[in-house]
Amino acid sequence: MRRRVLVAGACATFLLWPGTAHAHLVTTGLGPVYDGVSHLFLTFDDLLPVLAMALLAGLNGPAAGRRTLFTLPIAWLAAGAAGYASGAALLPAGVTSLSLLALGILAAVDLRLAPRVVSALAVMLGIVHGWLNGASIALAGREESGLVGIAAAIFVLAALVAALVVTLRRPWTRIAVRVAGSWIAAIGLLLLGWALSGRI
Amino acid sequence: MTPGAGRHAVRRRAGGRRAGTVVLAGMALLLASPAWAHVQQGQAAGLVTGLRHPVSGLDHVLAMVAVGLWGAQLGAPAIWLLPVTFPMVMAFGGFLGLLGVPLPGVEIGIAASAILLGSMVAREARPPLWLAAVLVGFFAVFHGYAHGTELPAGQSGLMYSVGFVIATGCLHATGIGIGLIHRWGWGRIALRVAGSAVAAAGIIFMWQAVA
Repeated sequence: MRRRVLVAGACATFLLWPGTAHAHLVTTGLGPVYDGVSHLFLTFDDLLPVLAMALLAGLNGPAAGRRTLFTLPIAWLAAGAAGYASGAALLPAGVTSLSLLALGILAAVDLRLAPRVVSALAVMLGIVHGWLNGASIALAGREESGLVGIAAAIFVLAALVAALVVTLRRPWTRIAVRVAGSWIAAIGLLLLGWALSGRI
Repeated sequence: MTPGAGRHAVRRRAGGRRAGTVVLAGMALLLASPAWAHVQQGQAAGLVTGLRHPVSGLDHVLAMVAVGLWGAQLGAPAIWLLPVTFPMVMAFGGFLGLLGVPLPGVEIGIAASAILLGSMVAREARPPLWLAAVLVGFFAVFHGYAHGTELPAGQSGLMYSVGFVIATGCLHATGIGIGLIHRWGWGRIALRVAGSAVAAAGIIFMWQAVA
């Protein structure tokens, strides 16, 4: 019991440890919404988890894909607004690696999940990364409408990738998706190592 | 106007449109566009370093290609199981290295991987699937430990990891692609010769590691 409390305390400390938000918006010169759109495609910290989530949703069928299509950008946008309002990133810098690791492993093992579980994962992903995006936008003194661009880009990317994966029928094509999942998990594990070693 | 002349006129108009399209596409491609600077730094350098690192050492290249060759020899499900599991186990090795967990005899382990994997290909060995996966996974830890942590200062760790994993995966794919010659009689012999060459190179690596 005592050990369990200690482990829970250590995990909570790790998760709640305040870290510097490294996310940011690229300046496109086209305004904050387009800055947000370009942010997703130029920031692998956010792009890879969205890709992993879309791959996982696609592997779990059309119902999971449809739910993810809406839950992920909405959660991202809502958490982003909350993060922007608070202006504080209460999550450690290495949290991105945990998203990559968890979603990559789930895609690699091709675990069949209920659509509501996939939706819950999408919401959790949206909350964590959206909050970090919103907080860093506020810290950088940029306009919050960048979050709209990010959410729109997530909607489009998730729709295209999940729809593509849903249509895959040949066995080797699903294996290719699983290989992509294992690569994402491997990147997440290495990134976690970089974060824990303090080298990034 | 005769029907033939009408057809020529239609063709001329289509040709003119095509030329116009080509000119416009060329102008769009060649038009200078402004580069927008942003606060991220070391992204491209990190990716390029990560992509180059796995292919810069012969020991890593031969072992990764040998994994693909062996997977192709073993056939399904090993041919897809090994590329799915290997990157994750290799990343675990890199993770241990980044945390500073000591792993003795890394160079010897890498040389041994070339000898053993080359021998497996040369013998066309068919152990149980779990044993093949454990064997490959065991050596993946050494490769990840040695190569997954060598990030130059100022470069992006994330992009280095992306490049490193992609390049290693491509080496596996190369091995699998070459290994597909296994379906022909001469291909089987060629693969066994290639396995012998990898094992021989592994002996040289071992000599260098021990000496």
